[in-house]
Amino acid sequence: MSKFPVLHFPHRHLLGIDGLDAADIAIILDLAETYIEQNRADDKKRALLRGRTIINLFFENSTRTRTSFELAGKRLGADVINMSVASTSVKKGETLLDTALTLNAMHLDALVVRHPDSGAVKLLAEAVNCAVINGGDGSHEHPTQALLDALTIRRRKGRLHGLTVAICGDVLHSRVARSNIALLNIMGAHVRVVAPRTLLPAQVSRLGVEVFHDMARGLADVDIIMMLRLQTERMHGSFLPSIREYFHFYGLDHNKIARARPDALVMHPGPINRGVEIDSAVADDLDRSLIREQVEMGVAVRMACLDLLLRANTPMTEH
Amino acid sequence: MPATLFSNARLLDPWTHLDQVGELLAIDGRIAAIGAVPSAQVPQDTIRVDCRGNCLAPGLVDMRVHIREPGQEHVETIEGTSRTAVSGGITSLVGLPDTTPVIDDVSLVEFVTRRARKAGMVNIYTYAAATKGLDGATLSELGLMAAAGALGFTDGTAPISDSLVMRRLLSYARTFDQLVIQRPEDPRLAAGGAATEGEIASRLGIPGIPAAAELILLERDLRLVELTGGRYHASLISTAAAVHAIATAKTRGLPVTCDTAPPYFTLNETAIDGYSTDARLSPPLRAEADRLAIIEGLKNGTIDAITSDHAPVDQDEKRVPFIAATPGAIGLETLLPLVLALYHRGEMSILAALRAVTQAPAQILRLPVGRLAIDSAADLVLFDLDMPWRIGRRGLRLAATNTPFEDMSVKGKALKTFVAGRLVYGFDA
Repeated sequence: MSKFPVLHFPHRHLLGIDGLDAADIAIILDLAETYIEQNRADDKKRALLRGRTIINLFFENSTRTRTSFELAGKRLGADVINMSVASTSVKKGETLLDTALTLNAMHLDALVVRHPDSGAVKLLAEAVNCAVINGGDGSHEHPTQALLDALTIRRRKGRLHGLTVAICGDVLHSRVARSNIALLNIMGAHVRVVAPRTLLPAQVSRLGVEVFHDMARGLADVDIIMMLRLQTERMHGSFLPSIREYFHFYGLDHNKIARARPDALVMHPGPINRGVEIDSAVADDLDRSLIREQVEMGVAVRMACLDLLLRANTPMTEH
Repeated sequence: MPATLFSNARLLDPWTHLDQVGELLAIDGRIAAIGAVPSAQVPQDTIRVDCRGNCLAPGLVDMRVHIREPGQEHVETIEGTSRTAVSGGITSLVGLPDTTPVIDDVSLVEFVTRRARKAGMVNIYTYAAATKGLDGATLSELGLMAAAGALGFTDGTAPISDSLVMRRLLSYARTFDQLVIQRPEDPRLAAGGAATEGEIASRLGIPGIPAAAELILLERDLRLVELTGGRYHASLISTAAAVHAIATAKTRGLPVTCDTAPPYFTLNETAIDGYSTDARLSPPLRAEADRLAIIEGLKNGTIDAITSDHAPVDQDEKRVPFIAATPGAIGLETLLPLVLALYHRGEMSILAALRAVTQAPAQILRLPVGRLAIDSAADLVLFDLDMPWRIGRRGLRLAATNTPFEDMSVKGKALKTFVAGRLVYGFDA
């Protein structure tokens, strides 16, 4: 058992990066490191969470995040059930709390929730009596994505502190951007955002970033380029004239990367829109692209989060 | 009805700048004497109320209340609104027309008036819809509804965005010397927004409404007022820029008045942190600089009146994700203490603060209330200026409990409320 010590993690839920400190983040990343090897071995399964029940409750379509959480739970020995709720059939609100009541009756140990509305996961967390992990809420937060990005960067660069990271593209609609901005600030990285003004939230610099509207300048001497997916499904009305124009000015290709440090690495939370925000040649460039590695780190990080919330906090107490 | 003699009262009346300890006599529902009442004037079976030095002022006039009847009686009935209003010292209130059905017809104006009379207690008036079914396009029967008792014309929470419609509305309303009330917000610029645009909304991932959305429609309206000469009242002013625009319009002599509500001078955008849906209001809570500008506007008289903008919302519509929540907050019970807070914080004199909820709305609406004058209706509130209490959901008397002021400590409480000389509320300590 000493191989799997119970760590101290003073949080009941993981609703966002906001609320965590550098020590919390380091605990998660360190624990995730230990799961990377396990995931590469033939026998990928441990019985740490045997008998525990986890539900992936997704109010938005997702394949990769849901699969990643499912694998994470199963590799720790938990029973994992996926519930997809088509948002069209949900009359928002009542149903969300009704769902919470139903889930409470099922005696869950953890709930992973994705929802199209900012704040919806917090609302649900207040109504259920199990640990809740935010799998993405509206344009608010996607904490496990930021954690897996941090793990990926840390493994390649050996640190987060002092690195310059450019987050490029649709920051306005992006929960990935908000979580990453928060995490990178906590860990002492320098964060830039690069986007046309219509895709930046108001007073974005107050979130702790340097703002650029020009890729060439924004990418100058950066260590990490994080591309964001253009979230056309969240866009009501016209934010951009055309994909062609967007790619011309903000799509990542090798010409634009040339402005960054020679050893700069490229990340993307996926799924990628080839030819929209990123050129295929960049996405598939093994020397530059961390996209596949991010997916691998995702499983390890989610195992760490489930482990910490379910084992470190045992026995669960009512709040 | 027996007469009532109030003695040992601190008589407060902004209209006559009265602030002195004395007596007030009410006979047959009207004020018969103020100050020192000669004993010869006091009838035999007079009820005597010893005010013990507490404040006796005109009952509050609340010119913006969302009445949920007809249509949403499960949220609040006219009777419920009445009972709550008098417990907050309000003796006259005006309902908005955006009920179900919309008050856009003479018969509906009469319905509200009739239901209000039946509930008794408080004087309830109504505005009527400026456009038929609030469609923003077809003028409703302004003249007929005015004759039936409608106090003014507004599309309630829906701003009239079509400039031509607004021009004709102001112009036509002027024919009948009627008031047009608008909550200015450019609906296209505000589309999809749920909080004021800024750092907090950006952090929370909530689409923002820029302060300019208020200013743009307000400035357009002010130009149309200039063009038509119609009487115009801007409701729920929440931004510094709008206060400035109103001040300029007044300087230029335009027939313009405006109001705000306690949330806009008491709270700022930080109240929504943690996705507090009770703080989801329309217009949204603004930046601290705006809040200070609203107080300044109240102090210098740019903002005439303070309304409760009482908007009871069902719990089911508040216990949802922030963006899906119905905007609005209850406010009848918290109006008096939050207005008095302006006095307690040293920002306004007690008479100036009270003027915003008595004389000012009465003058804008041309109602013969909101004053202590011989022969005017004895609509009175007796309140303890300093009584401390904590605003809490359980303490509130309504079914709906959507207040953004939960747990706030305030001073000042209505002890007794009289409408036309009749005791309609007595505080039970």
